[in-house]
Amino acid sequence: MAGVNIKELVSKKNPMTEGHRMCPGCGAPTALRQAFMGIDSPVVVVGATGCLEVSTTVYPYSAWRVPFMHVAFENAGAAISGVEAAHKVLSRRGLARADIKFVAFGGDGGTYDIGLQSLSGALERGHDFTYICYNNQGYMNTGAQRSGATPRGASATTSPAGSAIPGKLQRAKNLTEIAVAHDIPYVAQTTLHNPADLIAKVKRAVETPGPAFVNILVPCQLFWKIEAADQAKICRLATDSRFWPIYEVADGEYSLSYDPHARVGAEDFLRAQGRYSHLFKKGRERMDLVEQAQNDIEAEWGKLLKKCGRALS
Amino acid sequence: MTSGNLAFAEAMRQINPDVVAAYPITPSTEIPMKFAEYVADGVVDTEYVAVESEHSAITACVGASVAGGRVMTASSANGVALMHEIFPIAASFRAPIVFGLVNRCLGAPVNIHCDHSDSMPERDSGWVQIYCEDAQEVYDTVLLAVRLAEHDDVLTPVFVCQDGFITSHCYEPVEFLPDDVVKEFVGERKSRYPLLDVDNPVSYGSFTMSEHYFEIKRTQIEGMNNVPRVYGGVMSELSGLTGREYPAVDCYRTDDADYVIVIMSSAAGVVKDVTDELRRGGVKAGCLRVRMFRPFPSEELKSALAGKKGVAILDRSASIGGTAPLAAEAKSALYSLRDHPPISEYIFGLGGRDFFPDDARRVFSDLASGENEGKVNYIGLLEDE
Repeated sequence: MAGVNIKELVSKKNPMTEGHRMCPGCGAPTALRQAFMGIDSPVVVVGATGCLEVSTTVYPYSAWRVPFMHVAFENAGAAISGVEAAHKVLSRRGLARADIKFVAFGGDGGTYDIGLQSLSGALERGHDFTYICYNNQGYMNTGAQRSGATPRGASATTSPAGSAIPGKLQRAKNLTEIAVAHDIPYVAQTTLHNPADLIAKVKRAVETPGPAFVNILVPCQLFWKIEAADQAKICRLATDSRFWPIYEVADGEYSLSYDPHARVGAEDFLRAQGRYSHLFKKGRERMDLVEQAQNDIEAEWGKLLKKCGRALS
Repeated sequence: MTSGNLAFAEAMRQINPDVVAAYPITPSTEIPMKFAEYVADGVVDTEYVAVESEHSAITACVGASVAGGRVMTASSANGVALMHEIFPIAASFRAPIVFGLVNRCLGAPVNIHCDHSDSMPERDSGWVQIYCEDAQEVYDTVLLAVRLAEHDDVLTPVFVCQDGFITSHCYEPVEFLPDDVVKEFVGERKSRYPLLDVDNPVSYGSFTMSEHYFEIKRTQIEGMNNVPRVYGGVMSELSGLTGREYPAVDCYRTDDADYVIVIMSSAAGVVKDVTDELRRGGVKAGCLRVRMFRPFPSEELKSALAGKKGVAILDRSASIGGTAPLAAEAKSALYSLRDHPPISEYIFGLGGRDFFPDDARRVFSDLASGENEGKVNYIGLLEDE
């Protein structure tokens, strides 16, 4: 964790209190805690409907030590736009502090799917805010349904692995690239086993004027069917297999943040999770789908390296 | 000379709200268009958020209002319907947004003209609803609405409704107050729990189950119940400046009337003209225009209509399979009278079908003959020609 003083970071007050109602082992509070370590200014937070929102705001309590607003599921982008617009006027008139930063978060359901239009509008209009997608690759708040972020082959409750259909048949959409296509100043993809990377990216996102988007892969142990303690391990497998590349795009310039020295195959990543267990069932193995996952990874990795100006390795 | 839309935009210019987030839809588009010119010319210092949908328009308005700003927007028809999800959230956040609702019918079939099928489905969203007869009333009501919505005892968003095209696009003389008078009348918004107060953080939109949800709704109901009292005070203050009065119900020659038509918005003008004409012929006609639909002025209706020989309730929207909205409210109000007057119901003007003096004459003559009592009748259908 070069350049990061752990002692300093852990002494920072977490905007989220203890005692919220997220599941033990959930990656989302870990991701948020790390994200807030990258923010030194006062912050106003808007959350889309989802596990994190519901579990941190159970009335009459709130786990938020900073101003927090949730409006609905599909509109965190628009909600933060309104808050940020009001801030421009009110800070001009001396009615609000000028140094406030604005952060919106949503799960992949609220970001990839139902909230995509609202997010796109906010990015296009150029509001000064950071959108954090905590991406657990499905609808967890309603019980592990498939989303546009669910990878091919995963079994979800609305794309269950059955005897005729082996889980989700479609690939996940690449939302990070969709954000990049908005030509905004900063876009990043990361995950949470390497806090230095996550913290640095959120710091850069928040300190960059204009809209920024950070896509964080966050395990859900109930959906991914992993041990609660394996949060970091599974994130490492995701990056070492290049299933979830870690990179950033600043002012249109791509740079790879992590090129695994010791690569692991897609199979290792898939085998580590119960949501793919149907692919490895004795006598009914679907190694063709495992191979397809590997091919998908190679194809995406190739495209990404090209954008980063690096030779295929 | 100006139009209802431009009168609304002029009031906005004078109010100089902190944030306007809007999306174009006929016939309300002129309001944000005109206002965008004011922003572009630096006439106002509002942040104008040109969002990508009506859903985002009302959401951004909620965000800006909760942040502590004074916020306005406008929409119509399908735009209003797309916002539907967010209206109760705005009301529950006690976000005092002032909204120019330019009435247009809901598709399908697609039609850009006036009826009240867009605003009526929002009558239970927790917003105040005021329906204006003409452009002057639109202008005055916007000023009233800001004070009413932001009053600490109310803190409830307000729809200022006007009839699409009929009021929004027709030009008529409108008297404007001087800018400084408006500025002083509306004052500055003082938000009690602004989201931008980082030193005193608050959470909005929490997850609230059966233990507390009911109580929160109850406080909204109380806020709405305070509207008539607060409105009365704000209205008399404004009428001291303008000389114009806008009670919750506009009773035109109803005091000694035998027969009364109950109606809303621009069509009341037609009924008032016919009332005068019939009066000259010795028929004791009257017109009761319901201006405030939420909260519904039941007591005013009861006292104005008790003892009449016939009352016709004319709705510009239907509740398919049920009683039309105005008729349902009016009948419910009159029910508690020991001897309520004979009541007949009419549906008129759907999709912008014109409402002519002859239509009003026919209703008054029906009332005198009592022939349509207790029935739901239609005005101006092609099949009746």
